[in-house]
Parts: sequence; structure tokens; C-alpha cells
Amino acid sequence: MSDLTTTLPADTRSADASLAKRLLRDPLGLVSLVFLVVVVLAAVLAPLLTQHDPTVAVLGDVLADPGDGHLLGGDSAGRDVFARLLYGSRFSLLGAALALGVAVVIGGLSGLVAGYFGRWFDTLSSGAAAVLMALPGMVVLLAARSVVGTSAWWAMAIFGILLSASVFRLVRQTVQSVRNELYVDAARVAGLSDLRIIFRHVLRVVRAPIIIQAGFIASVAIAIQAGLEFLGLGDMSIPTWGSMLNDGFARIYQQPLLILWPSLMIALVCLALTLVANSLRDALESTSSPRRAVAPTSPDGASGDATASATNHAADDAGTLLRVEGLRVGYAMPDGSTKEIVHGIDLEVRRGEVVGLIGESGSGKTQSAFAIMKLLPEGGGILGGRVLWKGHDLARLSERDMTRIRGKEIAYVPQEPMSNLDPSFTIGAQLVEPMRVHLGLSRAQARTRAVELLRRVGINQPERVFRAYPHEVSGGMAQRVLIAGAISCEPELLVADEPTTALDVTVQADILDLLRSLQDDFDMGILLVTHNFGVVADLCDRVAVMREGDIVERGSTRDIFVHHEHPYTTQLFDAILTPENTRQPYRAPDQPTTPHTEVSTS
Amino acid sequence: MVTFLARRLLTGIAMLLVISALAFILLYLTGTDIARSLLGDNASAEAVALRASQLGLNDPLLSRYADWLGGALHGDLGTSWFGGAPVVDVLGSRLGVTLSLVVISTLISAVVATVLGVWAAVRRGWVDRMVQFVSLGGAAVPNYLIALGLVTLFAINLGWFAPTGYTRPEDSIGKWAASITLPVLALTIGCIAGTAQQVRSAMIDALRQDYVRTLRSRGLSHRSVVYKHVLRNAAGPGLSVLALQFVGLLGGAVIIEQMFAVPGLGSLSVSSTIQGDIPVIMGVVMVVAVIVIAVNLLIDIAHGWLNPKARVS
Repeated sequence: MSDLTTTLPADTRSADASLAKRLLRDPLGLVSLVFLVVVVLAAVLAPLLTQHDPTVAVLGDVLADPGDGHLLGGDSAGRDVFARLLYGSRFSLLGAALALGVAVVIGGLSGLVAGYFGRWFDTLSSGAAAVLMALPGMVVLLAARSVVGTSAWWAMAIFGILLSASVFRLVRQTVQSVRNELYVDAARVAGLSDLRIIFRHVLRVVRAPIIIQAGFIASVAIAIQAGLEFLGLGDMSIPTWGSMLNDGFARIYQQPLLILWPSLMIALVCLALTLVANSLRDALESTSSPRRAVAPTSPDGASGDATASATNHAADDAGTLLRVEGLRVGYAMPDGSTKEIVHGIDLEVRRGEVVGLIGESGSGKTQSAFAIMKLLPEGGGILGGRVLWKGHDLARLSERDMTRIRGKEIAYVPQEPMSNLDPSFTIGAQLVEPMRVHLGLSRAQARTRAVELLRRVGINQPERVFRAYPHEVSGGMAQRVLIAGAISCEPELLVADEPTTALDVTVQADILDLLRSLQDDFDMGILLVTHNFGVVADLCDRVAVMREGDIVERGSTRDIFVHHEHPYTTQLFDAILTPENTRQPYRAPDQPTTPHTEVSTS
Repeated sequence: MVTFLARRLLTGIAMLLVISALAFILLYLTGTDIARSLLGDNASAEAVALRASQLGLNDPLLSRYADWLGGALHGDLGTSWFGGAPVVDVLGSRLGVTLSLVVISTLISAVVATVLGVWAAVRRGWVDRMVQFVSLGGAAVPNYLIALGLVTLFAINLGWFAPTGYTRPEDSIGKWAASITLPVLALTIGCIAGTAQQVRSAMIDALRQDYVRTLRSRGLSHRSVVYKHVLRNAAGPGLSVLALQFVGLLGGAVIIEQMFAVPGLGSLSVSSTIQGDIPVIMGVVMVVAVIVIAVNLLIDIAHGWLNPKARVS
């Protein structure tokens, strides 16, 4: 079920503040930021830090060693290296700032207009950006130099134009996605002018990506500017890091230290800019926080009475297929703590029985199902309890052993059909692969069986679907394909996670019919995860009601329907449409009956 | 797929036309008195005027562009102002050198970056942090600084390689390999770093897809899920990054070739820029544009092959 969570940028100021706070917590980002501030200060305060003039050549100081009046020695013309380094940072930083300014102004404005208004301007500017990005910057700059001469400012301005293409793409993409957000629609409906929408909503969203991109751009600009001067293509009369490289490279045998200082400055400044931009991006996305898998908190995990009942599981009656005892599931949080979301549930599925696990979104029902198959997403894990399957505790089983059980003994039908098929492989290939692994079939045998299975799940042209790619079939058909895949190795237990939720109402009933008939044919146990009591009533023998990580009520479907005790179960029941609680058609006060039925969904 | 490719081909040709027109106009618009600088300060005004008209400098810009375009379509990019050699010949002798540098670097980078990126995405933890940090650093430091480090270490201090110079493969394969080792290494490190980051995030994206869980639920081995399904789905974004890196390498080769005295397009563009040899510069720009557009077309074809959705549209 798709969540309609609209992120309201109501409080961007506090969001920016927390972004800055997170940046400060990242040691690399912080060190880089401090370093950049020091470099800028050194550039500004250069006359105070050295009494040497970076352009005055002293014959006696040619290739002078460090120390002795020249902190870092003298260069090939006897100029003070330290002074040249300090004054050089002025030109490097200003040059980068110029390129950055040009790139952000041109790319930002055009991206904003192209993304927000689209139409011919979008087509035209996107084409221009493609042309700019097609050419290597260095080649263009060399060509440009034959036109505009050696001026570093011209070179950086032109480089800014080249870089504006990347800003343009970024801004255009961001603006396009914002433009279609609900709150922007709302603002438009409310009659705000485009200009106000851009200032109030769009610019706020675009700001952070631009700042991050700016770090990378400045780094590239400094690198390429110094590169041009290193080649001897810059204005050699002004002191720059690149011209120092050029000078040092020519004297690399006589005075190797000469090349060290400008190299260090360029490398460190580029690195620092990239690191700051990167940690800003990390803070913004906060996806790269390394997630570890959670581990069981205690060796036996389960709480007292659950362990006690588990010890005599040898006394299981023969019909029991799956027995879950005191299962606790948790996720590692970015701050290192563990959040428990399933708090020790017990569950049993007998052979040939359909058990419903019902609850609202976030009740932990899907997480419980994933935990049983040990398919929890990254960062999730079983904290405690047992998952008993044929005398094994799956919770303690290695991944290799689980691989033999999954698909062969326990199979899974997902909720969202389209995203659960690998888009790069044909449907047939995806059906054949597990059968060859588990059943040891030849390619031809597996193919025949796959086509049979497709026919069995009600697909009319199984041969065609076998050859089709997932994007070529409908959602209902994809769900049939997934069911065919799940039953392909005749599992004893099928875990179905809301198998009908993502489908059209008309298809839902067909899929439920199919599951019921397959369950009859194969005598499978089914654990059916759902939020819909209608589905439970249709299919399940027994049902467990789950809420906030606990099972609050359980019993046979008939018993629960006739007589349930927990108020939450009552709430779930009230969500089913019945003739009694269906609202009457809306009738305007002074109008006759209109043939208009209001549909409310459960 | 065929119509898709035909459209991309037409777009590419249109882009070439736009680039050639822009480059031609900008390059030839300059007021520098090329006839005077060719003949020297002692030449008479008449001689300079004659030379200028011989070079066609007096014709209107548009008709000169039409002439150039007509020639270019027949494989004639004009003659160098310095030395008078046909631009096509000048470029031809250089193209192979640059392409071999860049293609070798791209191939090495693709392999190493894929290994690193997949490793980081699958293992996560410290491996991931290490790969991320190293690739961030490798991508941030300009490649000519990496080259300087390599020269200082391997050529000057250890003496394993000559610091500069190039041997043609026709003369000696072994010496050729030795002469391009440092340039290729200098180009590769940054390229690996940039690509590995993208491969890593493409892999992580693909690993988080729903179908990965479903494939695992079918009992497929970790190896099959990661190296057959996830890698295949991450290959598309990986290829796009590689195409961008390829363009970057063509630019990077300019400085690297000049540093190592490798006679490729890069060092040619530097020397012709210093001389002001506009016909040659124009030729370099066009050759690079053709290479870039051809590479992008190849990538489009590869995308179509990798991604079944692109095949039908």
C-alpha cells in the first residue's frame, strides 16, 4: 500500500540547523571545514603572515633551502615559496569562486525555469546542457584559450559555464520532483503566484543539493585551474599554485621540495572540499550510516514460559508444521541502539491449515513473517525466541542451511507483484532457476514444469508469459507468476504477505480462490499476513490478531468472528464494510436522490 | 530498439553539427593577426595581406564554415597553419596513442571498480567504509598530482620507469608497455575511485529491491542472487558512470600526456594551443566530440541489451 506521506518542509530552518549539527559530528567533515577556513584566512591575511613579496626575485635565493629567511625556501627565480603559496591561494580560491558563481547562477536559474515551467525552454536548455557535458572540460578550455588568451579569470568563467550543466541537471531534476509534490499543488490551488511558490517552496528544497554540488564544483575548478597553469597555459606573472607546480616540475631533480608544497595545498584543498560536500550529503540523506545486524540479546532469547514450553516440543502433535515461540525482532538504529518491534510472539501453523496474522500497518506482522524466513531487511534481526521447523530452530540456522529450506519447504508470496520480479530476466528464467536448484531438474524439464505451473495458476498463454519480461505483464498476472514461483517446489508452508492488497478488487477474489485451491491440492499450510478481516473470513481456519508487536487475541476464525474480546479486534471488525455500517448515498438537503454512491475503503 | 538507436544517432549528428558550428565561429572569430605572426614582424604589409587571403581569412565566417564542413564530410579538416600538414594526418598519428591510453585505463578501471564497489556493497561494515574513504580521496585529488607522486616515487626515486617518453608498440611491445604504465596508472586511480563509488551505490540500491528478497525466498544461493541478479541490475548505472569517466579520461589525458611527453591528442592540443594553430585545435575538438558521441551511442546500445524495457521502446 503506497503511503501518501507528503514531506512538508514547514520547518526548514531547524532542518538546516540539525544538518549543520550532524556535519559537526562527522569528524572528517569537521576537520575539513576547519582546514578550509584556515586556508581562506591565510589567503586573506597573507601580507601579515609573510613580509616577502611573492613576485620579487632575489638572485641569491634561487632554489634556496627551507629556513634561513625563507620558511619554505626559494624557487627557481629566487622568489619566496611560502609567500607564493599564500598569495597563490588568493588566486586559486577566487578563481574557483568565479567558476562556482557562474555555474550556480547560470545552471541554477536555467534549471529552475526549465524544471518549473518546462516547455520549449526545457527542451532547449536540456539540449545545451547535453552539448556542454559531451565535451571534456580540458579540451574546451584549451580551445577557449586560443580565443581569450591566458587570463585565468576568463578560463574560470568559461569553466563555470561548462560546469553550469551539472548544476542545471541537478536543479531541474529537483525542481521537477518538487513541482509535483502535493503541497506545491496545494499552494497553486490556493492561488499563490509562481514566483511566490518558487521562493517559498522550491528554493528551499533546491538549496541543500546546490550547496553540496558547490563543494564538488569548487574542488574540480581548483584542480583544473592549477592544471592549466601547470601546463604553462596560465598567466605566469601572477603567483598561483599551478605556476608553482610548473616551476617545481622543471626543477624536480634539483629541488624536489618545490613541487611538494603546491601539490599538498591543491590536494588537501580539493580533498577537504569533497569531504565537506560528502559529509553534508551524508547528513542530508543519512543513508550511509553503517548499519550492523542486530544479534540475539541472550543465548536462548525467549522469555521464561516460552522456553519452558519449547523444551517439550518433542511432544508436538504430528500435525504441527511451524511453531514460533517468543519471537522478538529488532532493528539497529543509527545511534547504535536496538529498537524492538516484535515483542515475543507465539504462533503455530499445522499441516494443511490456513492461519491469518492480522493487524494494521506497523503492527509487526510483516516483520514477523520475514523473521520466520530469516529475510529481514538490512539492519534487522531476530533478538530472541525460536522458530521451530521440523525439529530445527530456524532462528539459529546458518544462512546456508536456510537456503535449502527456503523455496523448497517454506515459500513466500509478496505483497507488491511488480517490484518482486527481477526486471532484467524473463519470467521463465526466474521460475526455472529455483526448480533446477531444489528439484535437480534439467533445463528442459524445468521449463516444461514452469509452463505447467503457469497454466495451473490460471494464465491463459503460459508459453508467451514464460518468455515475457516482468514489465510486459499486468499486476494480477505478475501475482499469479509469483504464486507459481512460490509453489514450484511444492513447499509445505506458504507465507503470503498481503497477497491481494496491491491488486484491483476484481483480481483480489481470483487470487484468493487460487490460493485456496492450491492449498487443497498441495495440502500446504499457509501463513496469511493481512490487514483485512474479509480476507481472513474468506480463507483462514485460525487467526491471530497483532498490534504494536504483540498478539492480542487468537482463536479459530469462527470463534473470533462470533465472539471477540479485545477492543482492537472490534475496531478491525468495524472496518469491514457491511450493509449496516455502509454510509447512505449523499443527499443534498433540497435535492432528490442522486444515483451516486460514495465508496469508502477499509 | 532500432528506432530508438536511429533517434540517438540523429541526435548525435545534430550535436556534432552544433558543436562544430560553435567551435568554428568562436575559434575563427579571434582578432589575432595569424598571417602576421606566421610571417614575422619583418614581412611587408602586402605579403601579410596575401597570406591572409591565401588562408581564406578575408572570406565571411559563414562561407568559411560551409567550406570547412564540406571538407570535413569528405575527410578533409584543412591544413595546419604551422608546417602545412593536413590536419587529418596530424590527428591520425596521435589518435591511436590517446585512444590506447584511455581505453586501457577504462577497461582496468571497470574491472577494479566493479570488484571494489561490489565488495563494499555486499560486505558493508569496515570494508565499505574503507572503499568509500579511499575512493573519495582518489576521486578528489587531481590526476596530475597522482601522476607527480608516481613519477617521484617510481621514476625518480626507484628508477623503475623512465619519467617521460613514449615508445611506439611497433618498435617494442615491452618498451611500449613500460612507457605507458605510469600514464595509465595516473589516469586509472582517479577513474577507479569515481567508478567504484557509483558501482557501490548502484549495488546497494539493487540489493534493497523487493525482488532480491523474493529471489532469496526461493532458496537461491547468495552467490546467484548477488552476482547474477543484483549485479545485472546494477550494471546499467555502472555503465553510465563509465561513459562519464571515459569523457573525463579524455580530458585528463591532456595533462598526463603533456607531463609524460606522450605524443597523443592531448599533447597535440596543448602545443597547438600555445602556437595558435586554429585548424588543428578545431580538428582536436571535433575528433574528441566524435569519440564522446560514439561512446555514448555504444553505451545506449549496451543499455538496450541490459535492460529489457529499453529494448521495446
